[in-house]
Amino acid sequence: MITARINGITVKVPVGTTILEAAKRVQIKIPTLCAHPDLPARASCGICIVKAKGINKMLRACCTPIEKDMDIITHDAEIVEIRRTVIELILSKHPNECLTCTRNHTCELQQLAADFGILRESFPQIEPKVPYDDSTGAIAVDRRKCILCGRCVDVCQVMQNVWALSFLDRGIDARVAPAGEITLEESPCIRCGQCSAHCPTGAIVEHDDTPKVWAALQNPELHCVVQIAPAVRVAIGDILGYPPGTNLTRKLYAAFRRLGFDSVFDTNFGADVTIVEEGTEFVHRFTKAPEQLPLITSCCPAWVDFMEKYHHDVVPHFSSCKSPHQIVGALAKTFYAKKRRHDPENIFVVSIMPCTAKKYEITRSKEMYASGYKDVDIVITTRELARMIKQSGIDFNSLVDEDADSILGEYTGAATIFGVTGGVMEAALRTAYYAITGGKLANIEFENVRGFDGVKEGAIPIHGKTVKVAVAHGIGNVEYVLNRVVEAKRKGEEPPYHFIEVMACPGGCIGGGGQPYGVTNQIRAARAAGLYSDDRDCAIRYSHENPSLKALYDEYIGKPLGERAHHLFHTGYTTYSEYKR
Amino acid sequence: MSKQTIFLLRDTSLTQDNTRDFQILFLKIARDLGVEDSIQAVRASDLGIYDKGYVVKDLNNKITYANIQETDIEKFLKATIKGEGSVDEFKYTADKCQLRIVLRNCGLIDPENIEEYMAQQGYCALAKALTEMTPETVIDEMKKSGLRGRGGAGFPTWMKWSFARNSLDETRFVVCNADEGDPGAYMDRSILEGDPHAVVEGMILAGFAIGAQRGFFYIRAEYPLAIKRIETAIEQAYERGLLGNDILGSGFNFDLEIRLGAGAFVCGEETALIESIEGKRGTPRPRPPFPADKGLWNHPTIINNVETLATVAQIINRGGEWLAAIGTEKSKGTKVFAITGKVKNSGLVEIPMGMTLGEVVFGIAGGVLGGRKLMAVQTGGPSGGVIPLKLIDTKVSYEHLAEVGSIMGSGGLIVMDEDDCMVDIPRFYLRFCVEESCGKCAPCRIGGFQMLKILDRIAEGKGVEADLQQLQRIAKGMQKASLCALGQTAPNPVLSTMKYFPEEYRQHVEDKKCRAGKCTKMVQYTIDQTHCKKCKLCVVNCPVGAISGSREAGYVVDQVKCIKCGTCYEVCKFKAIVRK
Repeated sequence: MITARINGITVKVPVGTTILEAAKRVQIKIPTLCAHPDLPARASCGICIVKAKGINKMLRACCTPIEKDMDIITHDAEIVEIRRTVIELILSKHPNECLTCTRNHTCELQQLAADFGILRESFPQIEPKVPYDDSTGAIAVDRRKCILCGRCVDVCQVMQNVWALSFLDRGIDARVAPAGEITLEESPCIRCGQCSAHCPTGAIVEHDDTPKVWAALQNPELHCVVQIAPAVRVAIGDILGYPPGTNLTRKLYAAFRRLGFDSVFDTNFGADVTIVEEGTEFVHRFTKAPEQLPLITSCCPAWVDFMEKYHHDVVPHFSSCKSPHQIVGALAKTFYAKKRRHDPENIFVVSIMPCTAKKYEITRSKEMYASGYKDVDIVITTRELARMIKQSGIDFNSLVDEDADSILGEYTGAATIFGVTGGVMEAALRTAYYAITGGKLANIEFENVRGFDGVKEGAIPIHGKTVKVAVAHGIGNVEYVLNRVVEAKRKGEEPPYHFIEVMACPGGCIGGGGQPYGVTNQIRAARAAGLYSDDRDCAIRYSHENPSLKALYDEYIGKPLGERAHHLFHTGYTTYSEYKR
Repeated sequence: MSKQTIFLLRDTSLTQDNTRDFQILFLKIARDLGVEDSIQAVRASDLGIYDKGYVVKDLNNKITYANIQETDIEKFLKATIKGEGSVDEFKYTADKCQLRIVLRNCGLIDPENIEEYMAQQGYCALAKALTEMTPETVIDEMKKSGLRGRGGAGFPTWMKWSFARNSLDETRFVVCNADEGDPGAYMDRSILEGDPHAVVEGMILAGFAIGAQRGFFYIRAEYPLAIKRIETAIEQAYERGLLGNDILGSGFNFDLEIRLGAGAFVCGEETALIESIEGKRGTPRPRPPFPADKGLWNHPTIINNVETLATVAQIINRGGEWLAAIGTEKSKGTKVFAITGKVKNSGLVEIPMGMTLGEVVFGIAGGVLGGRKLMAVQTGGPSGGVIPLKLIDTKVSYEHLAEVGSIMGSGGLIVMDEDDCMVDIPRFYLRFCVEESCGKCAPCRIGGFQMLKILDRIAEGKGVEADLQQLQRIAKGMQKASLCALGQTAPNPVLSTMKYFPEEYRQHVEDKKCRAGKCTKMVQYTIDQTHCKKCKLCVVNCPVGAISGSREAGYVVDQVKCIKCGTCYEVCKFKAIVRK
């Protein structure tokens, strides 16, 4: 521990603490635009400068460790004036389009300009000539609004290890783009959307699909069906005025009906199906085909995309099971349509997802049309849904809780934890344990796959055998796990793991690229806690015990991994090069 | 064969280089006189003497002769070889001498021959360090010498070395920063090309002192000859066991390799240079951690400039006190400058610290070209400041230059006369920095661009009073909030000219006039018919055919066609061209 002074206040912090962090401990907020708790300090915006007595230069608070006996001044007339100059300079190369920007009211630059009371343009606007890139249909890049803080580049390279985004050119022409000036679609981008979740301005945002949803809702011909992913219910509250992690499932169901949806389903039902299918797949491999181990989860479309581009060697280990919302989509246009006598052609399925990659997933391969139609018509993110709710004049806070519609709406505790890292693994192990032993677990909660360590490893004894598992979240962490697998394969050794879960976003879907802004590990933890408590509150906590699911298999599907299950619930993978051009 | 006299020949005239013809003639006359076996006549690439006609240096007797005409060669050879007659009238002595420490071998030895370097005590310092000294005593010697980094910032070299030496991490690197990029500067290039082994020896000594195993030369790719000579020097050093494993049987291992810079100015900034060597985009890293603590691949790394490293061997040979005796209290030793601009003898000079700018400009460099009046001197390249005539007695040293708002920099020295515009000059430098900004941090990226826009406006005659305040405001933001020295120092030329030449800025902004006629948008050339003698010299010389007319009607300048190059103004013998 070292002792120093900030604005005359004594602060005691561990060695290596930055001035920025140390200041927070004594309730001093130093403004920044580029620093982000998820990322290494880049020191690019130049706003967090502070003075230290005895040092001639000003220091950047975000990356300078506070030293013993340092005497820091964070705010005085000179510092504030320089910060104001820098903000005004940044504003001079940022279009004045706040009122028509997705980030209106959530923009960090806008907030800073307001805080500093910037009331006029001091410098003439520099009009950058940079292309708009909406090629992925999932993430839209408006480079005019980019302030080059570099968060997205660090997210893409350091956190996600994808390297789709990089800096091009220099000086005033510097910009963020895929190397070689190709479009994002042609780049290795996996559409995880973490760049958009970390962008301080409106330079990278989700592709806005709300107009299509509004149009569908207003079309009397269409029977509009909505489903909601597990992670959305504990995150949307951030925008609607609730404390982080508040579970709003049943208020959301009510809101969907107010919005005009004809049927309200829950992706959690699909998650239960996924577990039954994937669990069966795992049990088969574990007990009968150990050479096919490890089994790797495939619910995360960004991860699937990454694997198809970067890790051709592990394709055979991928679970062929579709992601939950695709299962619900396929069932809505087959099972549900048949049962309720709707023409599947007129059913319009909207998925509310924490994720931008899901926008891409719905057209990813021919298996996404298993019903004979496009199984899911539109994906909108949590952020887009929040905007729709606000637009529609719903007093969300006062809504009375409602339930989902039957057939595809019931879910178990195992399904709801799909939204957090380790959750798919945990849910699958519960069902696999039953499938192998025929019994129930003494302790249903697997603590060693919970939490936010980048890679979590565990060994679970089942019936005299040990199931070795690994859970990775944040694509940057997956390399370690896969390298171990590949290495063991090369040496002809036993695989280091039997079952691997990967989610592309840090924390899993609760920290997804389409979730409300301002995510930190604290908020991720609150959202995870929300899902874990939803699990505990569920009467049924094993996927295979879901009564609606049992009815589905009895009436329509038959056996897990059976013919109809294969057709509706499973998919295939192709490999292709990282760059399309 | 009797002992030969070795002559170095050099044409030092400013306009042409006839050294080769002179050498052929010299050898022919020697043959005619039958003394060709008694002499060697070698062409030198630079003797540090300028504008003194043909210069011959007698290496054996260490006498230099200048202003020798072709017709004097016979007399010269008779006197020097046969002892018949005297040539004392040609003897050259500079009144205020350069002191060549770093450049001592440049132009004198064959840089591609290690033996010639060794004949000048080359690698003696290495042998001495490896056999008689410890890394600590080497650093001690550096401390005694007071040598400070010659790259510009002037950080004490020994201190950098001891930071790395004392690190707990034992994988350490030495980097030679040869990414010289200031416009008009070629000090490092000349050293690398002229005395590559001195830099290699300095690298090995630095490696020994800090306990490094590997060293990198970071040379800009635009210096192909320097690269080739360093390659050769490294090769030769390996052949002689001066590099590689167990150097000179001491047990010390050190390897050297070359990395090429791709031409980004910012890569001369040490943390950007590290990124570049690591194969990343060359942008600065935040400091701390400093490279001496966490540099290349996060290992302790010292980065020294070419000139710094070229001084090291001589400090070890002659002892730290020797260097410390030269210079001022805080700046020791010598500094190499590349003098350019409106000066008679432009070129490379090495001077002891503490000499005044006036002594350099008027003494060594021979004063302003064409006998015009000196306006200002600029040091430190695009990061430096402009120093006005009234401060010409400022001493050349880190501390004195900083006092007047400039910096030592890496050694660019540009002389300006009355024809230079004090708004146009900083605009040139700022444009350079704006183009070379890496774009990483906002103050430099946008601040520099906006400052340049304001200067452009002022130069076009569209400036307003408030622009001057805006310049100051942005400059302050850049100085205080930029991440690296490029952005922090980029406003210096603007700030120093605003400080010393406020009248020029005022003229540009208020009167819409450029005294020097450099800001062409505000200049108009017309012909004063009362002075015009109808000689047509202006018509003939105008590059765009903007002047037309007849002897009868007179000649006029077409203001639309005119590109304001000023040629007519210069060629007119009758002062009939009016510049307004």
